[in-house]
Amino acid sequence: MKQDAFESAASPIWTEYRVMLDALENPRRRRAHIPDLASFPQLHRRLCSDYALARSRRYSPGLIADLEVLVRRGHRQLYRRGSAPLRATLDFMARQFPRTLRRHSAVFWIAAALFFLPMIGMGVAVHQDTDLVYSLLDAEQVADLESLYDPTRHAPGRGSERLADTDVAMFGFYVMNNVGIGFRTFAGGLVLGLGSLVILLVNGLSIGAVAGHLTRLDYGTTFWPFVSGHGPFELTAIAICGAAGLLLGQALLAPGQRTRLAALRANARDAVILVGGAALMLVSAAVIEAFWSAGPAPSGLKYGVGVLGWVLVAVYLALAGRAGDDAH
Amino acid sequence: MPTPIDTVRLYETPEGVDLALRVAGPAPRAIAYLLDILIRFALLLLVLPLAAFSGLGTGLILLAVFGLEWLYPVVFEVRRGATPGKRLMGLMVVHDDGTPVRLPASLIRNLLRVVDFLPVFYGVGLVSMLVDQDFRRLGDLAAGTLVVYADTPPPKPTLPRVAPQPPPAGLPVEAQQAILAFAERGQTVSEARRIELAEILADGVGRQGEGAVAQVNAWAAWLARGVPDGRG
Repeated sequence: MKQDAFESAASPIWTEYRVMLDALENPRRRRAHIPDLASFPQLHRRLCSDYALARSRRYSPGLIADLEVLVRRGHRQLYRRGSAPLRATLDFMARQFPRTLRRHSAVFWIAAALFFLPMIGMGVAVHQDTDLVYSLLDAEQVADLESLYDPTRHAPGRGSERLADTDVAMFGFYVMNNVGIGFRTFAGGLVLGLGSLVILLVNGLSIGAVAGHLTRLDYGTTFWPFVSGHGPFELTAIAICGAAGLLLGQALLAPGQRTRLAALRANARDAVILVGGAALMLVSAAVIEAFWSAGPAPSGLKYGVGVLGWVLVAVYLALAGRAGDDAH
Repeated sequence: MPTPIDTVRLYETPEGVDLALRVAGPAPRAIAYLLDILIRFALLLLVLPLAAFSGLGTGLILLAVFGLEWLYPVVFEVRRGATPGKRLMGLMVVHDDGTPVRLPASLIRNLLRVVDFLPVFYGVGLVSMLVDQDFRRLGDLAAGTLVVYADTPPPKPTLPRVAPQPPPAGLPVEAQQAILAFAERGQTVSEARRIELAEILADGVGRQGEGAVAQVNAWAAWLARGVPDGRG
């Protein structure tokens, strides 16, 4: 068959396909009802066959290029991966995130150990040894810290100069700082897991040092009520980000039966779910830290909320979406 | 035929046809990145007046800084296929099967940007792109994504309407394709160049000058349309 006859026979179908593509590619019209959408896969197969014919019959390069662009646009529409933002997010937090974390529980416990054990060890050591805190923080930082949690200034985290209005500013700061740390902890895992390892250790040691130092100075009455509210969410989330990073490192160091690249891709898919969940946990922690932890509630209540937080985190991560665990 | 040295990567679709993905190299991507930095900076300048609202404003600015640092590429890639800078450079981000990038892959490639940025200004990313044949930085490797040239629909070329003449017998298919390509695109080059190309193609029959151009166009018409009485 000559090119001209081929073109004029098929061009009504190409036009129909082109019109449908234009509609599909327009995000506003995509949501609206597009008539005859059911015929799209069939049209796409027809176009693929026309494109293959045009190539095998050595029609003109211009026609082939034209058909190829059409097929490529159609391929994108037909095989695009779906997403329904709000429902997907709810489902993600309710099921997918805790489920993925449980599937990688060994890595999570390693990350948690790398984070919490140095924290506790450093906390106890600094509590015992006056000078040890200066091995991690310089004198200026320690002085700042001491003035921040000095019990003679009544509201911890919200000094006399701090107004309720600054809660929003602090929220912005906590989100930027903490979620940023979470993301970096994950990304560091790509350096054979070393980046995550170092960030977990350093953060664990510093937090421990601060807690131990302030408790030794008897500033604990301002420090502990302040951190108890958001601590459960923030600390767990950082450990989860570390676990996500270690997953990347594991793929590179011990890929098992797969190639390193295949292992990295598979683990990155799970790791990004962990990071996403941890980021949302860090945002909730920032809400608590900015609007509750610095608030005027009595210490007893704050400790109660802290304990409740740990229970909630543990129950959520251990049980949410458990019915479907076997599915994976 | 040997594989030509090119940046075209062929992906075979489930329908059994090859799609060409034209991957983008470090230079256009670096320019796109610089454009994005300018755009992000401009967006940041837009929200700076919020500082007038003291605490509330500061909070919103800090959230904007966070969003521009981490979420800007993700939001644009997932919603529009590419960041504004990439769109200006005619690039887009796709999965390695040619479909538009979705949230998980976009998050992976953009969060791992931190590592590609090491040790200074994309050192790791550049090495990775130069080593990998598809110009993927580490984030792209982990996410399974490619940065490709978006398809600008080519202007539909038309073959000149001239009386068809059969080309010499036994013409190899490469020569037939070259003749068709010449007929489609000959009008876009200068006259001297057109004649020069036509004389190469019409070498066997010894036509010169505009005569060679007419001869090649007539062959192309025959290849595409056959003879008027439908014999072809």
